[in-house]
Parts: sequence; C-alpha cells; structure tokens
Amino acid sequence: MATLNINGHNMSVDAANDTPLLWAIREQLQMTGTKFGCGAGLCGACTVHVNGEAVRSCQTMVGDVAGKKITTIEGLSQKGDHPLQKAWIAEQVPQCGYCQSGQIMQAASLLAHNNNPTKEEIVEHMDGNLCRCMTYSRIQKAIMRAASEMRTASNTSSDRRPT
Amino acid sequence: MNSHVKPASGEQVTRETTDLSRRSFLIGSAACGLVLGYAGMPDVALAAAPANVEPSVWYAIAPDGLVTVTCGKADMGQHIASTMAQIICEELGAAWKDMRVQLASNDPKFNDPVLGAQITGGSWSTMMNFDAMSRAGAAGRIALTDAAASAMGVPAGELVVRESAVTHPKSKKSMSFAEIVKSGKATKTFTPDELKAITLKTPDQYTMIGVSVPQLDIPSKVNGTAKYGIDTMLPGMVYGKVVTPPVRFGATVKSVDDSAAKKVPGFIKAVTLDDKTNTTSGWVVAVANTYTNARKAADALKITYDNGPYANVSSETLQTEAKRLQAETDSGQFFVKDGDPAAALANAAKVVEAEYTTSINIHAPLEPMNATAEFKGDILHVYTGNQFATRSGAIAAGAAGIDPKYVVMHQAWLGGGFGRRLDADMTVPAVQAAKAVGKPVKVIYSRENDMTMDFSRPLTYQKVKAGLDGDGKLIALSHDVVSAWPTARWGIPDFLSPSADKKGPLDAFTVNGADFFYSVPNHHVRAIKNELAHNATPSGQLRSVAPGWTFWAVESMIDELAHAAGQDPAQFRIALLDGKGANDGGAQRLRNTLLAAMGLAGYGTRQLPKGEGMGVACVSSQERKTASWTACVAHVAVAPSGEVKVKKLTVATDVGTQVHPDNIHAQVEGAALWGLSLALYEKATLKDGGIEQTNFDSYKPLRMSQMPEVAVSVIANGEPATGVGEPAVTVIAPALGNAIFNACGARVRGLPMTAEAVKAAMKA
Repeated sequence: MATLNINGHNMSVDAANDTPLLWAIREQLQMTGTKFGCGAGLCGACTVHVNGEAVRSCQTMVGDVAGKKITTIEGLSQKGDHPLQKAWIAEQVPQCGYCQSGQIMQAASLLAHNNNPTKEEIVEHMDGNLCRCMTYSRIQKAIMRAASEMRTASNTSSDRRPT
Repeated sequence: MNSHVKPASGEQVTRETTDLSRRSFLIGSAACGLVLGYAGMPDVALAAAPANVEPSVWYAIAPDGLVTVTCGKADMGQHIASTMAQIICEELGAAWKDMRVQLASNDPKFNDPVLGAQITGGSWSTMMNFDAMSRAGAAGRIALTDAAASAMGVPAGELVVRESAVTHPKSKKSMSFAEIVKSGKATKTFTPDELKAITLKTPDQYTMIGVSVPQLDIPSKVNGTAKYGIDTMLPGMVYGKVVTPPVRFGATVKSVDDSAAKKVPGFIKAVTLDDKTNTTSGWVVAVANTYTNARKAADALKITYDNGPYANVSSETLQTEAKRLQAETDSGQFFVKDGDPAAALANAAKVVEAEYTTSINIHAPLEPMNATAEFKGDILHVYTGNQFATRSGAIAAGAAGIDPKYVVMHQAWLGGGFGRRLDADMTVPAVQAAKAVGKPVKVIYSRENDMTMDFSRPLTYQKVKAGLDGDGKLIALSHDVVSAWPTARWGIPDFLSPSADKKGPLDAFTVNGADFFYSVPNHHVRAIKNELAHNATPSGQLRSVAPGWTFWAVESMIDELAHAAGQDPAQFRIALLDGKGANDGGAQRLRNTLLAAMGLAGYGTRQLPKGEGMGVACVSSQERKTASWTACVAHVAVAPSGEVKVKKLTVATDVGTQVHPDNIHAQVEGAALWGLSLALYEKATLKDGGIEQTNFDSYKPLRMSQMPEVAVSVIANGEPATGVGEPAVTVIAPALGNAIFNACGARVRGLPMTAEAVKAAMKA
C-alpha cells in the first residue's frame, strides 16, 4: 500500500514500490488522462509533473514519489482552463489526441520556467514527445499562444495596484 | 472503392447509390426525443413507442434540443464524427453549439450507406456519406418545420429554420427545436423515394459547410476525459499481457512453464491462444489482477516455441523472392492491360528501366493495441477502438467460438489508426483470456508486442520499364508490383478485383494508383503476390495503402523519363495530363493542382543555390473514382555527406468541396509529414523471421525537430467533396526523391532515402 499525493489529494494505492507510477495512476486510480505509449521513456505520452517537473511516469516508480506532489492532466487546472489547454482548443491542435495530455504536461513545465520561449527552445523542450498524427506545428503555435497569454496575465497582475 | 469491388450489400458502389432503395428513413418523436435514421422495416417507422422503434439512427434530437449524431465511422483523429455532425447540421438548421457526437456499435444499422459495412479507410468517409447525411439532416428539418407549421397554424413554406429554431417572420412566431420535440408533433416519415426527392441546398446556400467550426471531440482531448479503448474499465476486470513469439508468424507454442509466474502476486493464469481465425500464431497471455503483475508474470513465463516455416526469412530473402517472381514472365495478374508495351518498347528511341523498393513500415499508433472482452450471458462484449467493426466482430466471434451476431463491439476514440486498427488481432487474446478466467480481461500490448506484431505496410519491389519516342513522348510503360497482398488476407472475396487478363482475382489494394491519369498508349500493370512475404509477414493497410508505393515508383520514373527526354519534369507531366479518353476531367484537375503547387512554391522562378533542388510529384487517391488531386513541390538541400535537409514542402490538393477548411489543412499537413517520415526516417527490417525494431529508439517516426515548413493550398472548385486523410502521404516521397536528384544528381530508388543511400547514389 502506498500513498500518493496526486493533484492535491492523498490517495492510497495498492501497488508495490516498483510499480511504474503510470500504471498506478491509470489502472488502479483510474485516472486515464495519462497515457501509455512506449513504456520506455521514448514517446512522452505518459508525462506528468513531480514537484513541478515533467517526468515520464512509465519510468518513475511509485516508491520514488512518496511524499512528492504529483500533477496529472486532470489536475493541471481546476476547470481545464490552463492557458495551454485554452490554446490547444484555440489552435485546434489534437487529431487523435492520444499524445496530447503528455504534450500539454511537457509544455506546461516549460512555461512554468519560461513564459517567453523561442521556437528553438520549444523544439528542444518538446522533441521527446512523439505525435504520430504529426500535429507539431499546431503544438508550437499553441505553446506560443499560451505563453503570450501568460505574459499578458502576469503583466496585468504586476501592474495592478493595491486599492 | 474500385469499381469492381462489391460492398457487402452487393450493390454497385457509386456516389449516387445508397441503401435508400431498400430502407425506410424514419422520423418518430416520443418522450425520448426525435429519432432519425434508416429502419430495416418501413412499418416500424409508424410505431409510436420508442421501445418499438428500430434504433438504426444517425441522430436524435432530445427534448432539451441537443442533437446527438451517431457516427458509424472510426474517428482516429480525422474528426469524422464532427464532420458527419457538420453535414447533418447544415441541412437540419441546428445551432453548432447544440450538436453532440457519439460512436456507433457494430450494429449493421450503422453500416456505411455506400459500403454496406462498418469500415473506415480509403479517405472514403466524407465523400460516401455526404449525400446520406445531408438527406438525413434535411428530412429532420422538414419534419420539424411541418410540426411547427401545424403548431403555429401557418404555412410551412413561410417558415425559416436557423440556429435550432423555426421562425415565422410574418407573425414573429418562433419555436425552438426543443419545443417542437416536446410537442410530440414531429411525426413525419419519409419513404425512400421521398428522401431521394428532397432538394438539398446548393453550395451558395451553405452556412455550415465550408466553415471551420470547433471540432466536437477536441475539448475532451485536452483535459484527459476522452475515452480510448485502452481506458476501458469494467467491474471485476483483470489484465492480460501478451507474450509474442520471436517470429512474426508461423510459430507454435511447444510448452509453457508458469512456475516462476506463479510466484508473481495476483497472477491468475497463462492462456495459450488457440486461434482458429489464424490472425495470431504462438501467442500466450499472462493474466493477473493488475497490468503490472500481468507484465511481471508474462516476463516470468518460460515458453518454448517451434518457430515454424519462416524462421529463416529476412528482408533480403523477401526481396530476392520478389525479384525472382518479377523475372518470371507468367507470374501475377494484370491490373492494367492497355496496348502492347513490349512491342512499343522494341521500337522506342529511348528505354528507361528501374527498380523501386520500399521497406517494411510499422503503423505504431501511439495508443498500443488493446482490447477488453467480457462475456455477459450469451453476449460477448468487446471494447476496442477499431476501424472495421464488421470484420473485427467476426474475428472476436471466431476466437470465442460463437456466432458473430452475439458479439457487441464497443467503439471508442482511436489513439491513432492509420489502418492498423482495421485488424482484429487484439480481440483474440482478450476474448480467449476472458473465456479462460471467467472474468472481463483487458489486454494491452507492450510497445514491443505492438511493433513486432504489426500488420505492417509490406516490403515492395517494383520494376518499371518505359519508352520514349524520337520526340521525347512517353509511348509505353510496363509496371510490375511485387508485394504481400494485405487485403487478400482478409478473406473477403468482395474486396478482391478481377484481373484484366482474367487470371483470377487480384488484390487491387497493392496496385491502386498505378492506373494513373497520364495518357500512355501502351500501359501494363502487373500485380504479383509475394507468397513468402504474404505468409511470413502478414501485412496490412497503412495510411494511403498501395499509392504509398505505386506513386513512389511511377512519379520517380516519370522524373527519370523527363530527364531522359531533356524536359522539365513538371512540364513533362503537364503534357502527359492531356485528359484524353478515360482521363478526361481527372487529368485536367491534376494538372491544375500541379500548376497551383508550382505557383505557390515559386517553382522554376529562380536559380537555387548549389546543393539545393526542387522536385515535383502529382498523385490521385487510392482509386481513380475517389481521387483527391494532390501535387507537391519539395525543396531540399543535400549535403556532400548525403544528409538531406527538407527546406519546404508545398502541397496543393483539389478536394472539390471543403466541409471544414481547417481540418483539411490539418489532415493534409499531417499526411504530408507522414509521407516525409516514411520517405526519410521509418524503416523496419525482418531477420530470422522477426521484426527487428521494437520501440521508438529503433523505429523512428518524425519528431518536432525534423519538421520542415509545410505550405498547404486547398482547391475547392465546387465538385463533390473528396477525402483528404491519405493522398498527401503518397506525393511526398517521390517529390523528395526528385528534389534530391535535382539538387545533386543522385537518384535514390529505395525508401527510406537515408543519407548513406543518397551518398551512394551520388557516386553512382
């Protein structure tokens, strides 16, 4: 029995320490937004955040994340309205959609550190995430759009004066 | 479809033919909502109680006004469910915000109205469903209008339907769809003749077709709620992990030692498949309480195999066999047999002869193959995202040893299809494991299972011999295509085609595209089945199917001929697209598309730097009758090392009518990048009977860093809507090969075109 902190909730899961986090999340906790693609850290479909960093949950064992904050696509935002999720809709990014949870989680870890990435920085950060439908150009556009929205939001909030 | 391919219903396949002649379109409203669709028995349409209504529906309008469309096509990212809703919505007059979609089960009532089966492929869906969905939508509008007219006491002809409301401008009366459904007055039914007689909108009246409405499936795909087959959860479900043998096909299990697996907690059973459908061979499923334990147990099984008759087969063996077969003058059957190329070649001023090859290619959709099976009473429920529910249900039934009518296939969003999910192998381990353990079982392939057991695009070998007359005019072309026959493997005679030389049926899905729109007086295409490849590497249909290799050969050869004739390759093609005889119409559309791509790319307008080049190619679709006219100008830079940098791909495509411009752009771009990935990066090899590539470190689809600029231009000229999921795949490889030749004089004739191959061709 392990306790995992996922999306702000402590959850008990009947999984040995050497269980990949992916399978504990997907099949045991039935949070299926996180996807299985390759089982070898080669495609990025299973990307989640551990303490804010993007990791491949198929390569992360349950025993290694005890006490750490895990975020999945279901917990990225309260109402599915993270700037990236809104941008993904605005740019109509997904085709089959299977890789997109991982793409969004990978992109979110970039924008958390850098809300003004260059195209080259986006490519470097995203190159480990495969999209078999090849929606790469829209992924790039959506990240740029979300970054722009985040910059606008942060400018607005820093301009805001106490009343 | 090929004109000679008969659908399951036995009807002629034309755009105009639907099942309307045999079916009654029904509209009956009741407390549950307004239901519209095709019913098997006309009198059922009169039944008032919803329980009695044959639920063969394309859409239903609920009392809250929401319109739920049931999509009978597999949605693998082409947004076909949304497209069906859009076509219905146009004629129905609903507001887009009120449209919903759901996916059909394998009930025959959801069969494609033209194909008479549930199969998704060929870029057929939009063109073959446009008319039926339009009429379904229009019938709903008429029924709602008549009901509103009677409720308002005004003539139906004075009513206007827009945005889910029926209004009477003169009196300013208005009823929402919801109010009309609740009134229970929408009871009009349509005979087949009445349906046929409905006058559909003309394009100038469209308010939805041609508009890039938000795709209905996308919101669920950005928040993790979209459900794929792999996300199936059933009460009491356990997990299966397959163990696949070292060879792709032909192995048998000699022994299974589960002593170590028994030590894995949660292990339930190892099930050796007895697959009478011959879809799999030598597979074992380890069943356990969790997927992790199933994997551990699978790894712990000690299995011995007889590797069967193909254990020594390799890619080289298949290629050698292909060459042997091609060299035989009486092998294969003719797909095209016009004139006498041999005689014409004997008198040709110049003869060009070349061999073109493609490697084994793996679909590798990102959602690995999976299926969940549950026996409930007499019914077998199978949950899997699938492109061919009609056949897959039968395979699942075969695996269970029951009649197919007792199988319910539950559709889901497909985490990529690309033709892979036309096959049903994943149902076999799920069904037999569920039967063996008496519980629902979800089987999930590892990526390694998925790659090594793919129904791959077959290895192909093509020999083309062509002749020019003294004026540089193409007078003869003889084209031999040797490959496994993926569609013959289905065992459905209707999917085979008669040969031109009456030597028995051939698999046209290995030669489609070779019946091109160029005017060549003496033209032969021979389809030769590589029996060894067919048996050792059971193959399948991969996005664009035969045109993925036939246009590679044809469009490369046309370039070689242009060079031999001393002509510009684009102008050489334009001259061949003269629209004579049976090519009338199609050839001119292809010519115009090529011209559009040339214009967009600036082809021939400037001197390119040394080491750079542009190449063109132009293609149609799988069948001549389903063509989307597509052309590409590829711009590359080739380094002395043979490394190819793709600077830009310019693709133009004539789709007749655009239902959703933004989706067409997305599909064409995705298809073009697939073409690029297959042309330069993706290669699988067979060794000792097994596929050597097991994951994305050794089989390497295109990544973001390899993506060039892609410019897409869509031509919508008012002709009927055609499909866009595939044609842009096929045009890329030859355009790139021709660009490489233009850049550095290296002619590469095998896919993928690796740097080594380009460098070797430079020296040649």
